[in-house]
Amino acid sequence: MPLLEVTDLQTGFETDSGRVVAVDGVNFSVERNKTLGIVGESGCGKSVTALSIMQLLPRPAGHILGGSIQFKDRELVEATPEVMVDVRGDEIGMIFQEPMTALNPVQKIGRQVSEVFLLHKEMSKAEARAASIDILEKVGIPSPEVRVDEYPHQLSGGMRQRVMIAMALGCKPDLLIADEPTTALDVTVQAQILKLMSDLQAEMGMAIILITHDLGVIAETCDEVVVMYGGRIVERASVEELFENPQHAYTKGLLRSIPRLDRERKTKLPTIEGNVPSLDKMPEGCRFSTRADVEHDEAAITQRPPYEEISPGHWVEKCPFCYQG
Amino acid sequence: MKPLLSVENLKMHFPVKGGVFLRSVASCKAVDGVSLTVHEGETLGLVGESGCGKSTLGKCMVRLLEPTGGRVEFEGADITHMKRSDLLPRRRELQMMFQDPAESLNPRHTVGEIVSEPFVIHGIGDRQERVERVGELLEKVGLSASAADRFPFEFSGGQRQRIGIARAIALNPRMIICDEPVSALDVSVQSQVLNLMMDLQSDLGLSYLFIAHDLAVVRHVSNRVAIMYLGKIMEVADADAIYENPRHAYTKALISAIPIPDPKVQKEPQFLEGDVPSPINPPEGCAFGHRTAHADWEKSIGMDLSLREVEPGHWVQPCPCCTDL
Repeated sequence: MPLLEVTDLQTGFETDSGRVVAVDGVNFSVERNKTLGIVGESGCGKSVTALSIMQLLPRPAGHILGGSIQFKDRELVEATPEVMVDVRGDEIGMIFQEPMTALNPVQKIGRQVSEVFLLHKEMSKAEARAASIDILEKVGIPSPEVRVDEYPHQLSGGMRQRVMIAMALGCKPDLLIADEPTTALDVTVQAQILKLMSDLQAEMGMAIILITHDLGVIAETCDEVVVMYGGRIVERASVEELFENPQHAYTKGLLRSIPRLDRERKTKLPTIEGNVPSLDKMPEGCRFSTRADVEHDEAAITQRPPYEEISPGHWVEKCPFCYQG
Repeated sequence: MKPLLSVENLKMHFPVKGGVFLRSVASCKAVDGVSLTVHEGETLGLVGESGCGKSTLGKCMVRLLEPTGGRVEFEGADITHMKRSDLLPRRRELQMMFQDPAESLNPRHTVGEIVSEPFVIHGIGDRQERVERVGELLEKVGLSASAADRFPFEFSGGQRQRIGIARAIALNPRMIICDEPVSALDVSVQSQVLNLMMDLQSDLGLSYLFIAHDLAVVRHVSNRVAIMYLGKIMEVADADAIYENPRHAYTKALISAIPIPDPKVQKEPQFLEGDVPSPINPPEGCAFGHRTAHADWEKSIGMDLSLREVEPGHWVQPCPCCTDL
C-alpha cells in the first residue's frame, strides 16, 4: 500500500467573481523511500495540491471540494483540526520556498526548531534544545550550539533553508513535502541542499514530494514525476520514461523549450506559444488546447479527456490532439 | 570587432556606517577592480551567485550608480565623470532592462505612457508620432498595438517583460544591459522572450550585457561569458570555451552544479562548502581559494591577480589555488 494516495482531489477558492477550481481531479501516490516530483508552471496547482495535503489552504476562501487523501491508514480530507495538528510536523513535514518568510524573524533559531519537539515529543525545554542542536548538526549547520541563539537574519539563504529542513525533519516524518526548496538559492547551494535531502532520505527512509518548475532538478532527484497544467495532471511516469518517452504535447513542449548545455548556441529555442490562461478562462476540455500547435475541435475543447494508463506506470490525459498514442 | 562599452579597473565601494556618529567603519566592495569589454553586436554573459556584484556592475555601467574608481568608456568616450547634460544623449544608445517587470513598470501608467516615456525624456516627436511609434514597438515585441491603452497588471509576466523590452528599444539603442531578464519567467515563456531578444539583436544590431545566474540560459544567448565572484572577474572567454574548457576552479564548480535535465546522465558534482563570503572586508588574495580553504591560498596573497590571457581570448585570474597557472 502506498504511503500517500491522492484520489480525484479537487480544491477550489471562493472569489468575488465566483468559485475558481485550482486543482481539478488529481490522482497520484507516493511510496516510502521514493521521491515524487510535481512539475508545472506558475498557477498549475502544484502548490495548492501540497497545501491541500497539509490542510494549510488559506481560509475561508480555499477548501477541498472533493476526493480523498489517504495517508497511512487515515483519511486526511475529513480529518479534524486536532488530528491535523498531530500529523503536521510529526508525520508530514513541509519545506517552503522562501525561508526568510517561512521563519519567524523575531524568534531565535533554537526556539523555532524546538517547537516541533515540544509539540509532538513531550520533551522538556532543555531536551528540546539538545534535540534541536542535534538536528541542526545533522543538516550541516556549523557550530549549531552557537547558531541556536541567533536570529534568521544572521544566517545566509542556504543556512536558512537548512534550518527549515531541520524543522521539517525533526520528528522523523514519514513524508516530506518540499515546495520549491531551492528556487531562491544559488546553483552551488542548490546542489548542497538537494544532496542533503537525498542523504537524509537514504538514512530515514521517508517519502518526498518535490515541487519544482526546474526539470533539471526533477531529473536529478526524482523517481516518479507528475506534470501539471491548469490544475490537472497531463502526464505521470517514472523519471526515465518521462524524459525519454514523453507523450503529452505539453510535456514535450516543456522538455524542448529548456536551454541545454548541449544545444547549439544562439539558435532559436522551440517555444510553447501564448500564455497560461487564468483559471477562470480555462477550457473545460483539454486545458492545453489554447496553446497547442495542433488546433483542437469543439469536442476536445468542451469535454474533459480521459486520464488513462497507457503502459505500466505511465499515465496520460488522452486528448486526441495532444496525445497521438 | 570594435569595442562598444568597456570598463577598466572599475570599483564600487559602498561605505558601511556605524557608531554613534555614523562614520564610515568599513566599505562593502561590491565591485572591486573589474575590467571588461562588450563589442559591437555581441552578447556578453555575466554570471555569478547572488551578492557577487553583477547587478551593481551593470548599474555602474549606465551610471545609475556613480562608481568610486576606474573608468567606463562608451562609444570611445569616457563617461565616468560626464555631466548629466552630456550623458543624456549617450543614454539613448545605452538602455537597461530589469528582472522583475512587475516592479520596473509603473502600475499607474498605461503601457502606452510607459513605452513613450523615453520619447518624452528625450523630447522626440509630437504626440501623434509617439502614439504611432509606440504601436510599432509593441507589435515588434509581439504584443498588439491596442495594448497601449491597458495597464501592466492586465498582462502576464512574459508579456510584461515584452513591454520592458519595447521600452528599452524605443530609442534605437546600440546596447542594452539586461539584469536577469528571464529569471522571473516560467520555462515556456522564458524561451519566447529569449527568442525575441535574439531576433531583435540580429534585426537591430544590438549588443547585450546579459546578467544572469542560470548558466544554461547564459550559454545559449552569449558569445562570450564572464564569471564573477565577490566583486571580481574570475574568468572571461568564448562561451564554448568556458563550458568545455573551464580553467578556474570556481567556473568548474558552477558548471558542475547545473542540474542536467536528463536522468540518464550520472555526474559527480563537486560540492562547494559554505556560502559566498560577505564583500565587507573580503579575504585577501583569491576569495574563492579562501572559501575552499585551498592549501595554496596563502600564496595568492599579495600576488598580482589581474586577468591573464591563457589562450587567445581566454582570460583567467592566475591564482595558484584555483588554476594550474
